[in-house]
Parts: sequence; structure tokens; C-alpha cells
Amino acid sequence: MRNVLRGLGGLAAALLVASPVFAQNTVKIGLILPYSGQFADTATQMDNAIKLYVKQHGDTVAGKKLEFIRKDTGGIAPDVAKRLAQELVVRDKVDILAGFVLTPNALAASDVSTEAKKFMVIMNAATAIVTTKSPYSARTSVTIPQLNETFGAWAYKSGIKTAYTMVSDYGPGHDAEGAFQRGFKEAGGQITGSVRYPVANPDFSAFVQRAKDANAQGIFVFVPGGVQPAALAKALAERGIDPKKTKILGQGELTDAGALKSMGDSGLGIITVFHYDPNHKSKLNETFVKAYVGDYKRTPDFFSIGGYDGMHLIYEALKKTGGKADGDSLIAAAKGMKWESPRGPISIDPETRDIVQTVYIRRVEKVGGELQNVEFDKIENVKDPVKERMKK
Amino acid sequence: MLASLVGVLFDGFAYGMLLFVLSVGLSVTLGMMNFVNLAHCSFAMLGGYIAVTLMNALAWPFFATLPVAFVAAAAASVVLERALYRRLYRASDLDQCLLTIGIVFVSIASAAYIYGTIQQPVQMPPYLRGSVVFLGVNFAVYRLFLVGTALAITFVLVASLEYTRFGAQVRAAVDNQRMARGLGINVQRTFAITFALGSGLAGLGGALAIEMVGLDPGFAFSFLIYVLIVVSVGGLGSIGGSFAAASLLGISDVAGKYYVPQLGAFLIYLVMVGLLMWRPAGLFGKR
Amino acid sequence: MSAALEGLAERYLHLERPTRWRKSEIAFWIATLLPFFLFESYLSLASQVAITALFALSLDLILGYAGIVSLGHAAFFGLGAYAAGLIAKHGWGEPLSGLVMAAALAGVVGYAASFIIARFRHLALIMITLGLGLLLYEAANSASWLTGGADGLQGVRMWPLLGYFKFDLFGFTAYTYSLAVLFLVFLVARRLIHSPFGLSLRGIRENPVRMPAIGAPSHAHIRKIYSISAVMAGMAGALLAQTTSTVSLEALGFQRSADVLVILILGGAGRLYGGILGAIIYMVARDQFSGVNPQYWYFWIGLLLIAVVTLLPNGILGGLAQWTSRWSSRWSSSSRRGTPP
Repeated sequence: MRNVLRGLGGLAAALLVASPVFAQNTVKIGLILPYSGQFADTATQMDNAIKLYVKQHGDTVAGKKLEFIRKDTGGIAPDVAKRLAQELVVRDKVDILAGFVLTPNALAASDVSTEAKKFMVIMNAATAIVTTKSPYSARTSVTIPQLNETFGAWAYKSGIKTAYTMVSDYGPGHDAEGAFQRGFKEAGGQITGSVRYPVANPDFSAFVQRAKDANAQGIFVFVPGGVQPAALAKALAERGIDPKKTKILGQGELTDAGALKSMGDSGLGIITVFHYDPNHKSKLNETFVKAYVGDYKRTPDFFSIGGYDGMHLIYEALKKTGGKADGDSLIAAAKGMKWESPRGPISIDPETRDIVQTVYIRRVEKVGGELQNVEFDKIENVKDPVKERMKK
Repeated sequence: MLASLVGVLFDGFAYGMLLFVLSVGLSVTLGMMNFVNLAHCSFAMLGGYIAVTLMNALAWPFFATLPVAFVAAAAASVVLERALYRRLYRASDLDQCLLTIGIVFVSIASAAYIYGTIQQPVQMPPYLRGSVVFLGVNFAVYRLFLVGTALAITFVLVASLEYTRFGAQVRAAVDNQRMARGLGINVQRTFAITFALGSGLAGLGGALAIEMVGLDPGFAFSFLIYVLIVVSVGGLGSIGGSFAAASLLGISDVAGKYYVPQLGAFLIYLVMVGLLMWRPAGLFGKR
Repeated sequence: MSAALEGLAERYLHLERPTRWRKSEIAFWIATLLPFFLFESYLSLASQVAITALFALSLDLILGYAGIVSLGHAAFFGLGAYAAGLIAKHGWGEPLSGLVMAAALAGVVGYAASFIIARFRHLALIMITLGLGLLLYEAANSASWLTGGADGLQGVRMWPLLGYFKFDLFGFTAYTYSLAVLFLVFLVARRLIHSPFGLSLRGIRENPVRMPAIGAPSHAHIRKIYSISAVMAGMAGALLAQTTSTVSLEALGFQRSADVLVILILGGAGRLYGGILGAIIYMVARDQFSGVNPQYWYFWIGLLLIAVVTLLPNGILGGLAQWTSRWSSRWSSSSRRGTPP
């Protein structure tokens, strides 16, 4: 009996010693995304792009095999996101934490990334401060100030001297409002008024009427994606706001593919700012979109490109470290990395670990009978302005 | 200034009319049988999705989809009533709430499965789009259509309640169920028909709502709160109550957002809590 | 004479019997220590289950025992969470005193609200609790300078528990802390339920008109139990804030109020262990599901809810109790046939 126990103990010890050896040949990536609930579609788009990248480039990088573990947060739930990140690190022993569509979840998981020293790739969350919470995190999506401060400055230069802002009354809305107003005022423009509407707002007519009363040359709007962009655009048209006389300015979600289909011709002439459009004219983008549509029967959107570029960052960082997957090596490799993405040229700022990219200004026009966002201006190499100011 | 006020008030009234069409069925069935049917907006969502499918996949004209939405929702309610609701007529409020919340969850997940979680795009016929200018005020054509439809429905409902035999039976069952049964009225059958009609109206409301507020699987929950507010403020079992409450809430919501936007989200809840504390049975409720 | 005394003694025993600790209860509480040994990597989950169980227990006191249906109970959970988070953020990171202060705040607000709650019933009460909960949510969203708004409260730093046990990555301290608080509050709730006060609550639930007629001050009792329930819910919220170092608007949201209601009904309202059992089943199932097929979680939960309400009206515990009582009555009736009359 004692011999059996000793034998078993020896076997157990051998296994414990051996398992790190096994583990060393795989790099585990934990994906924390809202697969269920109201944001499930965004997770689907991002996950599709991740799978596409792996399919195109193989699942082995620098001699290591990649293994993905997917966890669902169910929506905005920072306590759940933090627990899932903890479990991924402690139970599944992941090397990299990735995903993060929603800012509160990203902020909560950053604590785990800092404490456990794990490389973290943020593929969508767009609030400026997210990358400051963990020294091991890098972002491959966009920040709201990056888009809207640039847009404010551009708006003034394009001839709009007065503007009225309307945003949703929550974090991203406040960020967008602050960023646009700042960029616009610093360039010389005048804000004639502003209003905030509740997040769950079915009816925009009262707010649109206030905007119309203010009689500004431009109206800046921000709404989260979903059912609201179309409702807002229709309300603007119904209250008689003519896009030729008053410029309607918004962030890209206002005129994404689904919203354009619903709002119809009331969307013509809306000017938006964004970092990615599936109709962007570049060979790399056309190949990407064709492959994506071929596999998933859907057009990719900005969630997809965040995931696709995030995977690219992970692959290139691993190649640069020769397969070493600890936090310090990977983040050092990620800093300063530059590459050509389907959206245009992008890089990771070595100081802030945030994304630096080209910001496009687009207008809704009818192309071949269909409504599209047509890029007509761009500003290159835009860094996140909030963190630039924090440095000084 | 007056022109914009009139425009805003009209928009609020139109929104209120949409809420009325969605809520009137729930108010009558709650008043009659005291059955808390939180799945009411799932029938609305069903109507909406049926309309969308017919328009997008089969290229039906918009007006043709409305009766189908009505009938489909009514049929679904008959099936559910026979299968599940009938067992819980004598159960507590809480049990009824929970059963119907379970149905809501199932309906949301099924809609997400069949249609995906994105918003459903629809294109209205061109004569319903845009706006007309009358006496210097912009009136959206679709909202005019909505108000017209809701008023027509109100007229039909009130007329049938007052002037038909079935309407008399419904009124008797709402006022005093036991007495009505004692007089030989088949309350069970009356209720089943009323329930089907109410759910059908919800389905119709759902189809009408797509153009104004959009349709996604979360519709069954997100509108439930507004419908409950209309029903509890208006008073159970009262068509007039629902009409008054819906108009009041629609107008005060929009007017509040226009004049005091900082109160935007709070106003509708403040009005509800205030009104309920003043009159717990609703504006036109019994007792 | 002796028959009358016997009847009295039996009635006393009938009231006293539930207060004795049954073997199954003792076994259950010992089993809560298992995660430390068998499921070490699940301690964070276990801690969140304990917190949810505490929240469900607080709802059970007002719903299961006093008959108050509240769709806004997360208001107290969220108040406790934000209070504890803000206290820690502004320099005082000691967990136990923070917990007490947060619970006290929730209790004070609960006491104030109870004056409104006690006056209404049925649909009006449900809608008022819903409305108040939604108002608090919107207020917290607007006051983003205080609460951090949609991004959540940042900068919450907790000091080690009892000066020594740090809140670690494994969740060891978190689970010990949550479990200890749950057990202590459970003891208090148990005492409360089996006291004359608890009995009068059940009377109010069954017939609110009759109770004042026999001299029980129903409004005062409702106010008392509502305040106690608010304190407990606030404790649960504070525990969540302290163990995860984050607080977000979801702590106050309608989703949380609705989830805890579902959890309580699943386990069985009106039974002490109903909330705890419901929390364990719901959260463990959700965690397991999250890897497999998360989109359809709501489908299965909806189906389960329909099944429980139509087939097991008193929740899972109620169904178990019915089943065991049927078994034991069959057993005792067969043994009684043997004894002389």
C-alpha cells in the first residue's frame, strides 16, 4: 500500500514538473467579450475577425501554438470582467488578456493585468484613460478624443463658425462632447449651446427642435450604435433641418451600414469622422473585406478591424520576442510597432501604448444607388490628445 | 416660438398614441382578469418582426403587413393562453409576473437566434416619409399617420364597448366578475377573446413602432417599462384611462425634454411615482 | 386538564421546532468551506455567490416573509456599494469599518423609503419601487463627478483585512470575508424569522387587513423589516465593492433587481435557504454556460422560470420540502398504525 502511494506521489510530482514544460510550447490567450446580451453582435464581429486572422496566418507563431479561451461578460459588468480575468490568469494560466469591447470591463480587468503582469490588448474600448490603468496594456481600436477633437478643429477650418452639440448622457457621450467642443473652440469656433439626452431615449424630436432653435451652422451629434442613429437622423429630417444649410456632424457609428439602411435618404449629406470604413479604397482593405464576407456573409465593421489589428499586434510582438510570452517582453516589443492595416497606416505609441492612426472625414453620398460613407478628407498620425496633454 | 412648441407637442402626442396602441390591451386584460401579463410587449415584438420579415423577405407593401401582424400576435396569444396562462389565473401576482417574465426571456433569446441582435432595417413607402408644413409647423407624415390610426382604433374600441353586446359583456366582466358569471355570461370565453384582441393590438403597435423607434430583440423589455407606466397611471381596465395616461406621458415627456432637458430621463419616472402616490389605482381606475 | 396542557405543549413545540439546527443545515454550512480545499481556483466565483446569496436573503425578508414585491431592491445594494467604494477612494480603506458605514447609510435611506413603501400594495407598490429604483439609477448616472458615471468608480484601494490579509488575486481573502459576513447575517435573519416579530410578518403577508385588527402594528412592522432588509442589501453591495475594488452603475440597475428576484423564486421565497440555494444554482450555471453557448443563456433561464412557476410554485426548496414531507408522512403513518391509540 505504501509503495502504491509513493508511486502515485512520484507520478504526481513528475506531472507537476512536466506540465510547465508542456505549457511552454503554447501561448494561451484569454478573450473577454460580451458574447451574450445587448452587445452580443459586437462580440460576434470582433471574434469573427480574430478567427479570420488566425485562419489566414496559421495558429503557430515563433514556434508556439496559440490557444484561445473565451469568456462572456454578458454586457457591462466590471465585477464579472475582473473575476473572469482573475480566473483566466489563475485557473487557465493565460499569457495574454484580450478583447474588451466595453470601457468599464477593460478598466476593471486592467487591475488584474497589472498585478499578474500580463500583456493586455484592448480591441475596442474607446475612453482615453483605459491604457493608463495598466502598464502592460496596448490598444488597437480608437479613442473618442482622437476622433472628435480632430473633428472639431477640422469643422472650424472647413467653414463652420458656430456649432451646437447634442450627445447621450453617459461617459462616451460626455467624452465626445468635451472633445469636439475643445477642438472646435481652440481652432476659433463658437459653441452656441448644448444638450444631453438620456441614454435610453426613443424620441429625439424635442432635442432636435432645441438644436434647430439655436440656429448654428453645424450640429454635432453623438449616439451609441443600435436603433438610435436611424431614429435621430429621421428626427433631424422630419423637423426640417436641411443638411445643405446646416451641417450635421457626427461620429462614425451614426452612419454605419445598418443605420444607413434604416434612415434612407434622410441621411444624405451627414458628415462623420471615423477611423475605419469597409469601403475604404486600399488593396489591403479590399482583400480583407472580401475574405470576411466570404467566410461570414457579413461586412466587417470597426469592431472587426479592432480585433483583426489586435491579433496582428499579438503575432508581431510574439515574433519579436521569439516566443517569450511574459508581460514585460511583450509590451516592450509592442511599443513603437508600426504596420499597414486595412484601415490605413497605424502604430502603437511607445510612451502611451495607445494607437496612432489616420482619422478620416466622410460624407454620406449615393454611390451606385446605395448610401455609403465617402472619404473626402483625412488627418494623419493622430495621437490621443488627452494623454498628450497629461504628459505636459 | 409658438410654431416649435406646437411641433414638439404634436410629436409628443404622436409618441403617446404609439404607447396607447401598445398598452390598451394590457390595461383591459389586467382590469378584467387581474392577470399580470408582462409578456405583452413580446407580442408587440412578434408583430414587429412579422412585419419586417414580410416587407424585407417577401416585399409586401407596408399596409398589408399590419393586419397580418395583428392576427399573428392574436393567434400566438391564444396558444399561450390555452397552454400556460390558464393554469395561473388564481395564482399570486408574483407567480404571474415570473411566468410571463420567463416568456419574455424566451422570446428575446428566440428573436436573437432567428434574426440576430442587430436592428432591423425597414424602408417605409415614400408617401409615408418626410414631413409636411402646415401653418409654419413641420409635421412628420408618419406621425400624422400614427395619430390617425390610433384615433381610429380608439373610436372602434369605444364604439364596440358601448354599442355591441360583446362590449357589454366585457364591461360587465370588468366591473364585477362574479355577478357577470351569475348572469350567465361566459367570462372565460369573453376573457379569451379580449386577451386575443389586446395582444393583437400590441402586435399592431409593434409593427407601427418600427419606423419610429426601431426594432431589436430587446424591444420586449425596453418598452415594457413605458407600457407598465401607462397602464398603472391610467388605471386598470379603462380605455379612456390608457388614452389619457399615454397622451399625458407622451406630451409631458417631450415637453419636459424640450424645456428642461437636464431633467430628461427623470421626468417620466417622477411623473409616474408622483401620480401613483396621489392615486394608487390610477387616474381612472376603480376603487 | 392534562389534555389541554398537552395541546399547549404541542403548539409550543410546533413553534420551537424550526429554531433547532437540523443536521442538513449544519452539513450545508460545513460544505461552504469546501471551495477552500477542492475548488481553489473558483474562490472568486464563490465569493460572488456568497454576496449574491446575502442580497437574495435580504429580498427574501421583505418578499417571502412580509409580502412586499419590490422591483427596485438593487437601489440599496448599489447605495452600499458606492458608499463603501467612495469611503475607500477618499482615503479610508479599512474594510470592516467601511462595511459598517455603508450598511448604515443604506439602512437610513431604507428607513426613509419605508414610509412610502408601507402605504401601498399590489401594482402601485411594484411600479413605485420600480420607479424609485430607476430614478436613483439616473441620478447616479448624472452625478458622474461623484460616481464615475458609466465608466464606474475608479481609484478604490482597500487596505488588508484585519490589518493582515490582503485582497489577493486568488480570492482567498474575498471568500473568507464574504462567507463570514453571510453566515453572521444569516444567524441574525434566522433569529428574526423565528421570533414573534417574524410570525407577525407572515401574518401581514397573508392578510394585511386582519393584522391591525388583532393589535399588530403592521405599518411599523413593515417599516422595520424594510429597513433591516436595506441594511443587509447594503452590506452585500459594500462587500462587492470591497472584494472587487470596482463599482459601476450596474450595481443599481434594473437588471440586478430582476436577477435577484429570479434567483429568489428559483430557490424558493419564504424559506431561509431559498435565496442561498437559488444564488448557488444560478451563478454556477451562468459561469459554466458562459464558456459554452452564452447567447442562449436567457432562453434556458426563461424556460426554467416557466417550468418552476408552473410545476414547482414554491421554488426548488418548496418542491423538495413537499417531496420529503410526502415521504416522511407515508413513513410515519405506516409506523403509527403499529402503536396503540
